[in-house]
Amino acid sequence: MNASTSATPKLYHPKMPATWWLKHPAYFLFMMRELSSVFIALFLVVFLIQIYQLTRGPEAYAAVMRRLGSPGWISFHVVALLFALYHSLTWFTLTSKVQVVRVRGKEVPPSLVTGANIGVWLVLSLVILVVFLVA
Amino acid sequence: MNEPTVTLQVTRYRPEQDSAPSPQAFTIPYRQDWVVLDALNYIKDQLDGTLTFRWSCRMGVCGSCGMMVNGVPKLTCAAFLRDYYPHAIRVEPLANFPIMRDLVIDMSDFLHKLRSVKPWIIRETEKPVSEGEYLQTPEELDAYKQFSMCINCMLCYAACPVYGLEPTFLGPAAIALGYRYNLDSRDEGRKERQPIIASHAGIWECTFVGECSVVCPKSVDPAAAIQRSKVTTAMDWFKSVLLPWGER
Amino acid sequence: MTTRKSSEPFWWGLFSAGGVVAAFLVPMHLFLHSIAVPLGWISAEVAYAKMQALVGHPVIKIYLFVLIALPFYHWAHRFRFTLYDLGLKSLRTPIAILCYGGAVLGTVATVWILLRV
Repeated sequence: MNASTSATPKLYHPKMPATWWLKHPAYFLFMMRELSSVFIALFLVVFLIQIYQLTRGPEAYAAVMRRLGSPGWISFHVVALLFALYHSLTWFTLTSKVQVVRVRGKEVPPSLVTGANIGVWLVLSLVILVVFLVA
Repeated sequence: MNEPTVTLQVTRYRPEQDSAPSPQAFTIPYRQDWVVLDALNYIKDQLDGTLTFRWSCRMGVCGSCGMMVNGVPKLTCAAFLRDYYPHAIRVEPLANFPIMRDLVIDMSDFLHKLRSVKPWIIRETEKPVSEGEYLQTPEELDAYKQFSMCINCMLCYAACPVYGLEPTFLGPAAIALGYRYNLDSRDEGRKERQPIIASHAGIWECTFVGECSVVCPKSVDPAAAIQRSKVTTAMDWFKSVLLPWGER
Repeated sequence: MTTRKSSEPFWWGLFSAGGVVAAFLVPMHLFLHSIAVPLGWISAEVAYAKMQALVGHPVIKIYLFVLIALPFYHWAHRFRFTLYDLGLKSLRTPIAILCYGGAVLGTVATVWILLRV
């Protein structure tokens, strides 16, 4: 039998590929969650452009809205909306794990906190819609 | 009558002769009540005595038998064959750690990081023995109990892609254990742990993938410990910047 | 080890604030302004009138500033770590400048545009 020639045996160091997030559904969903911030930022840039065109008058505003009505732009924004919704739902779930809510000394179960957040989100969304429609 | 069998694809790595790990197939009798650890012990006893792996209590409290089972970090004493049968079961060493031999990984990095968070009660002034024990109410115990259940099995490190990408990351278990002591009413060492926990290689590396908490066999929820540490550290930071005179 | 204060808590704080704003407010605004109006469910003329009426108010301007600028910092911090997760950690300095610099530029653009209204 061969006695070991080195004092410490050769360790094998596995390499992590850049595509690690494609290997498991949980990792893929995590990447999608992170990607949602890109779509949200892109929408806000579009929104800024809309407000800028607003300052240039009704024709300019109508022109940008016409542009955004193209199938390409609508598809982009539908995808962006799905990502924004995914951000909202994952955010409410994650923050319920981070912030422990106590009511009269008893800890509120995280699922209830998430539910309450979703409730607030629905109410706020309705307020935004109503404020816009009755302006 | 043919006895039912199941095949295990087990990673072999013999540093004295192999340049890289490779799977070896073993077909063993299938028993309804066996766990993967039983299968590995059968292989070692009956088929190949050179198969090398760690195990001890075989009941989920020692944290020794962590391995990847079909790509998921698991305690092999808690992974039942019946949950995989009749498909082949892939058994690999714990991910994100250097491999020493077969299914045994080098855990020295984890042990070093564990020690660095000083996982013991730190007192500014020790109470003399004559004054009796440190007393703690059930509520004070509840505040940290969950985080004290860690058995150092390192499944969370295997599940954490950040640890896989960045070997200097302190990691879920070490941070959760530091947090456990910070929350302990008897402890006065939070300030001493902060430079390690709140360092760039500490909590700020974490991107809340959350898989660490999913794989934890003891429901420690290290992800929550890390995020809560971020909240308290950030609040301290903002306080010290906005109200510098308060920092005495 | 130095006790130099890492600036991470600052950026993380902004990331959190931006995340809250994005989570609660962005979906409905996205639906309204980038789907409902362009599709004609609300005509551009009507939308223009409503936006004109709303955006003039200083309170609405502050609301819009918070709505638009803070999520830029949410994106910056998250995207920076996404690039790390894709293996680009070695470029940490240019990445930080790109991300946080981008968020600052977005903030400046937001202020400039809102002041024009």
